[in-house]
Amino acid sequence: MAGVAVSTTINGDTVEFLCQADETLLDVLRDRLGLTGAKEGCGTGDCGACSVILDDRLVCSCLVLGAETEGRRVETIEGMAHGDRLHPLQQKFLEHAALQCGICTPGFLIAAKDLLAKNPDPTEEEIRFGLAGNLCRCTGYDKIVRAVQDAAIVMKGA
Amino acid sequence: MNFDPRFSGRKFTSVGTRPIRPDGIDKVTGRARYGADFNMAGQLVGRILRSPHAHARIVKIDTSKAEKLAGVKAVITAADLPDLTDGDAAMYDVLDNCMARTKALYDGHAVAAVAAVDARTARQALKLIEVEYELLPHVTDVDEAAKHTAPLINDTIFTEGLEEKPVKPSNVTKRSQFGHGDVHQGFGHADFIVERSFKTEQTHQGYIEPHACVANFSSDGTADLWVCTQGHFVYRQHCAQLLGMEASKLRVTSSEIGGGFGGKTHVWAEPVALALSRKAGRPVKLVMTRDEVFRASGPTSATSIDVKIGARKDGTITAAEATLRYSCGPYAGSWAEIGAMTAFACYKLDNVKTVGYEVLVNRPKTAAYRAPSAPMAAFAVESAVDELAKKIGMDPVDFRIRNAAQEGTRSSYGPVYGPIGIGPTLEAVKSHPHMKAPLGKNQGRGMACGFWFNFGGQTCTDLNIGMDGSVSLAVGTVDVGGSRASLSLVAAEELGIDYAQVKAIVADTSSLGYNDMTDGSRGTFSSSMATISAARNAIKILRERAAQMWDIAVDDVVWEKGHAIAKGEKHGNLGKLSLKEIAVESGKTGGPIAGHSELVADGAGVSFATHICDIEVDPETGATRVLRYTVVQDAGKAVHPTYVEGQYQGGAAQGIGWALNEEYIYGKDGRLQNPGFLDYRIPVCSDLPMIDTQILEIPNPNHPYGVRGVGETSIVPPLAAIANAVSNAAGVRMTHIPMSPPRILAAIEAVREWSK
Repeated sequence: MAGVAVSTTINGDTVEFLCQADETLLDVLRDRLGLTGAKEGCGTGDCGACSVILDDRLVCSCLVLGAETEGRRVETIEGMAHGDRLHPLQQKFLEHAALQCGICTPGFLIAAKDLLAKNPDPTEEEIRFGLAGNLCRCTGYDKIVRAVQDAAIVMKGA
Repeated sequence: MNFDPRFSGRKFTSVGTRPIRPDGIDKVTGRARYGADFNMAGQLVGRILRSPHAHARIVKIDTSKAEKLAGVKAVITAADLPDLTDGDAAMYDVLDNCMARTKALYDGHAVAAVAAVDARTARQALKLIEVEYELLPHVTDVDEAAKHTAPLINDTIFTEGLEEKPVKPSNVTKRSQFGHGDVHQGFGHADFIVERSFKTEQTHQGYIEPHACVANFSSDGTADLWVCTQGHFVYRQHCAQLLGMEASKLRVTSSEIGGGFGGKTHVWAEPVALALSRKAGRPVKLVMTRDEVFRASGPTSATSIDVKIGARKDGTITAAEATLRYSCGPYAGSWAEIGAMTAFACYKLDNVKTVGYEVLVNRPKTAAYRAPSAPMAAFAVESAVDELAKKIGMDPVDFRIRNAAQEGTRSSYGPVYGPIGIGPTLEAVKSHPHMKAPLGKNQGRGMACGFWFNFGGQTCTDLNIGMDGSVSLAVGTVDVGGSRASLSLVAAEELGIDYAQVKAIVADTSSLGYNDMTDGSRGTFSSSMATISAARNAIKILRERAAQMWDIAVDDVVWEKGHAIAKGEKHGNLGKLSLKEIAVESGKTGGPIAGHSELVADGAGVSFATHICDIEVDPETGATRVLRYTVVQDAGKAVHPTYVEGQYQGGAAQGIGWALNEEYIYGKDGRLQNPGFLDYRIPVCSDLPMIDTQILEIPNPNHPYGVRGVGETSIVPPLAAIANAVSNAAGVRMTHIPMSPPRILAAIEAVREWSK
């Protein structure tokens, strides 16, 4: 089967790739572009471990086709820090120990970034419902919610 | 080994602080490499064909069409994994579970596998494999399977542990019994007796990372395996045995692990990936789908438990008895045995008897899940204890305090306890503000206790001091949730240096001696013991080198706060030498400085917890909401308190999911109906409140710092704590887990009907 040629922007860089028509964005990121920060926990959009931001919209990259990203902007976990300067959410996740195994962490960070972009001052309930599409099996979410609350305070002050 | 592991009551500098974990940056930037994040040149994609039937004889497998498909490089069946287990029945079961030999024993049982150039070709190839099955009657329910009339899963099984060998085979593989005293007499002295039967459904560990590995078999007979596992040394042993290799020729590297909770202590796909790589002559990457994870890995036992407890009017328990039936999947296990050991471990009992029955069913082979078998037994026992307290008219906390085990108590499973935390956690709960907080309409509060043994096991650690004075610590216990941070703290503590000077890694199987798995809450307990021992060995060398540098006797050099100090007035002007100063000169004083340790970490201190939970029940729908949750648990000594809290919270959340939502649902056809996160719903962020924690520290006398394992106990009390809360909120005693809305509604309606 002939590949589809796609030109897109990932983390600010122009990226061109060939993919099969039925290949997901997650497979393209992981298997063709070496961006393995997005994880496959289910492949059915239930766990959020593959979360990326597509044109300012939070999506599960396992539910988007690679070919659909033509001419669009994709933000992944690999683009979250600026050089060696961590995003406040990344810093707060470390300080609060908001990760144990860490497999869900990239998805949570992307989802939390999207949440705070749309609602810079969320209540605890808004954080809990805003992150309800991301599964974590280790933490019980307590420290994740606290890290997001703390990051929101830092980001408002910035 | 001259190492003295006894608790010494020292004052800590590093231990007990909360630094950022050494693997943290990689994990928040997406750079950390998990099982599926590793690739090799020329790598193939492996896929496994699984039985759609719960129980079927495999008549014939025709792989010829799949083999002819362009891009397919290897197809294997059980014939490619010949039986090399040499009479080792447990390993034969592992082999048969990896690839069915004569019968498919559950929906999802592997029957064949392929390696192809890409995922699409591999998927196509699976469709071309023709398997002829002869369907057999199946049984998936634990009580049904235990009946004499049930379809036999393995006709060579005759129940072990009975006084006389049975004449007929059955699905009950083993009976085990624990206890002491005379329960019959004990019940005779009781003023009140509670007797009830309980059921719990099967749950999955639910780690977010599916099983994944990359196997690379070389034509010289050696192999490498990259894999997410809780125990790479154990995986090496098992894979080497099943593949007919010497263990030293298989190098296993543990990837970062995306959750295990006991579910990554068993090999499933790894021997298959190695066999595919051996046949294809190329590296093979094998990653399970979520559907495969549910159908073929994990899960825990489903159970059926009868409990009877009697007490006098004054609140003293006079006798306690339980019969526990645990499903094992289609292979023998010891799950009911563990349940029978833990059931009454919290209490001081003169007369106690527990009997466990291991039951075969056509479901996946049961795997460990965080304090395996204990939560179900605790659900039954702690529900009955609560009911008994109510019958007597005593506060449930006071009733438990009155009967709690203490130092010197002979436990229900045999050993006599040393210093333990059950009493202190109950006292802490009694005075906790949570217990006094007001409750609204349809709201109830429950509490329950939990016990777990903890484990120590074989452990090997290397501590190498660089010439710049930095320390690299190589451990062999996989880091499942922050142990590199806690072990770095321990190395820093013992050496008297800064946490930032230590870098801990998990070494591969060719770089360290054998280590048992990270299970039994042993990671930090056992590897910290080995780290302390290795550090003390390094300090001995550091003192020798300092003595050499000063040209004095080594007995005149002591180690204090990261420095060698010359002892005695005659050396008054020598000052002190830092670890770094000694390390810099090491090339001239005898070469590299290192400390090594290999030990069996005996003396893992038993662990107790008491949880409090507030629940709101909607009487119209049976829906529940967890309003508030508090965990009180003994840690012995919390090395990194933030990660200890994390273990408490995570276990509680898993227990809440188990109590309220999670269950394997099988159809009449014996097929799993909910093999995905949409229909097998684990708690999400909006389902839970903050989970408060209180860490108690009752030192373990068998560890230099007093450390106990902390990982597992927190999943034991939630099932009963929530059931007790639901009972207080809605006036119904729930005896079937999970307490899903339909089950709670049915119980409420039954009470309404009855009171009409």
